[in-house]
Amino acid sequence: MTQYFNEMYQGGKVRAPYARLEDWMKAMPAALRTLKQAEAEDLFRRIGITFAVYGEGGDPDRLIPFDMFPRVFTGAEWARLEKGIKQRARALNAFLVDVYQRGEIVRAGRVPSRLVYQNEAYEKAVAGIRPPKGVYSHIVGIDIVRTGPDEFFVLEDNCRTPSGVSYMLENREIMMRMFPDLFRENRIEPVEKYPEILRRTLASVAPEKCSGEPTVVLLTPGHFNSAYYEHSFLADLMGIELVEGQDLFVEGEFVWMRTTEGPKKVDVIYRRIDDAFIDPLCFRPDSMLGVPGLMDVYRSGGVTICSAPGAGVADDKAVYTFVPEMIRFYLGEEPILQNVPTWQCGKSDDLRYVLDNLSELVVKEVHGSGGYGMLVGPKSTKDQVEAFRAKIMADPGNYIAQPTLALSTTPTFVAEGVAPRHVDLRPYCLVGERIELVPGALTRVALKEGSLVVNSSQGGGVKDTWVLAE
Amino acid sequence: MLLTVDHVTRYSYDRPVRAVMQSHRLTPSVFDGQKVRDWTVTVTDGIPGGAFRDGAGDRVQGWTVKGPVSGIEVRVTGTVETLDLAGVLRGHREVVPPEVYLVETAPTAADAALRAVAAAAMGTDGPLAVAHRLAAAVADAIAYRPGATHAHTTAAEALALGEGVCQDHAHALIAAARVAGLPARYVSGYLFADSDGVAHEAAHAWAEIFVAGLGWVGFDPANRCCPDDRYIRLGSGLDAQDAAPIRGIARGTGAESLDVTVAVLALQQ
Repeated sequence: MTQYFNEMYQGGKVRAPYARLEDWMKAMPAALRTLKQAEAEDLFRRIGITFAVYGEGGDPDRLIPFDMFPRVFTGAEWARLEKGIKQRARALNAFLVDVYQRGEIVRAGRVPSRLVYQNEAYEKAVAGIRPPKGVYSHIVGIDIVRTGPDEFFVLEDNCRTPSGVSYMLENREIMMRMFPDLFRENRIEPVEKYPEILRRTLASVAPEKCSGEPTVVLLTPGHFNSAYYEHSFLADLMGIELVEGQDLFVEGEFVWMRTTEGPKKVDVIYRRIDDAFIDPLCFRPDSMLGVPGLMDVYRSGGVTICSAPGAGVADDKAVYTFVPEMIRFYLGEEPILQNVPTWQCGKSDDLRYVLDNLSELVVKEVHGSGGYGMLVGPKSTKDQVEAFRAKIMADPGNYIAQPTLALSTTPTFVAEGVAPRHVDLRPYCLVGERIELVPGALTRVALKEGSLVVNSSQGGGVKDTWVLAE
Repeated sequence: MLLTVDHVTRYSYDRPVRAVMQSHRLTPSVFDGQKVRDWTVTVTDGIPGGAFRDGAGDRVQGWTVKGPVSGIEVRVTGTVETLDLAGVLRGHREVVPPEVYLVETAPTAADAALRAVAAAAMGTDGPLAVAHRLAAAVADAIAYRPGATHAHTTAAEALALGEGVCQDHAHALIAAARVAGLPARYVSGYLFADSDGVAHEAAHAWAEIFVAGLGWVGFDPANRCCPDDRYIRLGSGLDAQDAAPIRGIARGTGAESLDVTVAVLALQQ
């Protein structure tokens, strides 16, 4: 029987950061709890926050369940996480600058060249480009799981346009509205500065051709996109324009925004559109979502695109294996946060191990996301394991395998009261002139008993995440 | 040779469009085989964007034309001094590693027939010999016949048809070379081809194959040779679309029609 780290109870005792929450939980009658839960859901519906977390698919209009029981970190725990997250964000950006320049890490034989240069996310069009401040990935979302008091593992990196941060902000907002006493009794670090820090981060990477206060916009694919709510929410909180491709145009050396007072030059574009769609003159010619000519302006230094086109080469699941190497190579440091040991099914030794131990492992598609197309060996039937074995053997290079991690649990409200449920963590690290991380994150929780899959498309919910002031 | 180019592309729209945006790769590459004496690109009422050299070494320039506009003319004129380097792209500066050009694209996807072409050309006598055999095999398999194919014909389709133009030759050679493990790319440019008294396409395309030790080497299956001093190289890409000298889009509902004339002449030295 696998032992799971329970973040609230250890050896029958309450861990210090949860001490006050135990009183709160015990003092709450079932009737009140039901009432509060209904109130929370009502608030979420009224706000209209009903989108799926990055790449998860599923019904975009479905409300993601919110669990009122907060997840808590001590200041000391967070300090270590913060160091590890920032270290990783620095290394990922150094890697991106390198592979689009001389590719020293490949020349040194530390990362296989095939993984980089034959990667579908490698963009030949930006080779030789050094974006302002040497930043490719301005918002790095790092998915982390906990397996013990001091054991944290990085599951994956998201260097393109990780979404879900609006949940971090809304979860907090709703908790503060519903339980103001909790925020008086506990000294909880605030997260509401996130939009302001994001805006400052984006402004700090304005191109050299920009003089004066840079104009920053958020480029969305439009209201049919599942994360549109988040796009408008963030633009609103940052006080910047939310635009679609048709609101922008290229003229001469710059990108311009149509406004009622005439064209206005745009300096920084926080885009929530994939590389393939941002400019039909450079990438997919059939894209109607982008801005024709944008890439030429970007490449000649007239505008900054965040995240920079090509950033995706740092976050695929095969490249992930080499992030600890990146940290050693570029920073000369040892990784603070560990990777999950990963077997590449494309390698014959690894493949043999994976096939021999399939019922113990988690197997994922290299480019998959959202918990689809994935095998959780210990939770699968014999038939499911065998069916998956055939899929791996048909295309080994498309799969990686990892040990089934004993994801930590936190108390969660369930029909019967309160019960432990497995959680993960997605912090959002901001990289511009400085690297910043607000003390908070999105916690996703697997609401099904025993489930290790936290994705909202697979029955996952979200929680407010607290970092206690020291 | 001293070659002059006069290349005119006229776009007309049956209803005026609100704006035209283009991205050009219309400047001769910088390498030991060619030296620009003079070179001018003009666009009717065009506003030039910032020009830059991309990672593949190509000079890229964006243009915008404000509407309403019912037609524009892109005119390229210039003089280039060329040298015969037997196809070798010597002295060309680029950042993109050759391995990037092993990636398959839709028009260069290999089918069984293309894989068979690659297999037949394999040998132990080195990549240059393999590349030459591949180019010869593609030239044998696809006869030059204008109009047999169109802009979106794939390498596999052209090979099955057995007919095509320079774009099809280049795509087929690229697809087969990549199967053989050789990085390969599409090159667009001009060809001075009137010396034999037969009319040829002066706007031309061929392929380059990366040969370890030599670097990038051009192969022109359409003319069964390696590019020499009759060729002017403009830019490269994974396939024809990626290497297009002009990529453009018009904002509006007007239907576009296109008229292209290219004249490449040799000057007496």
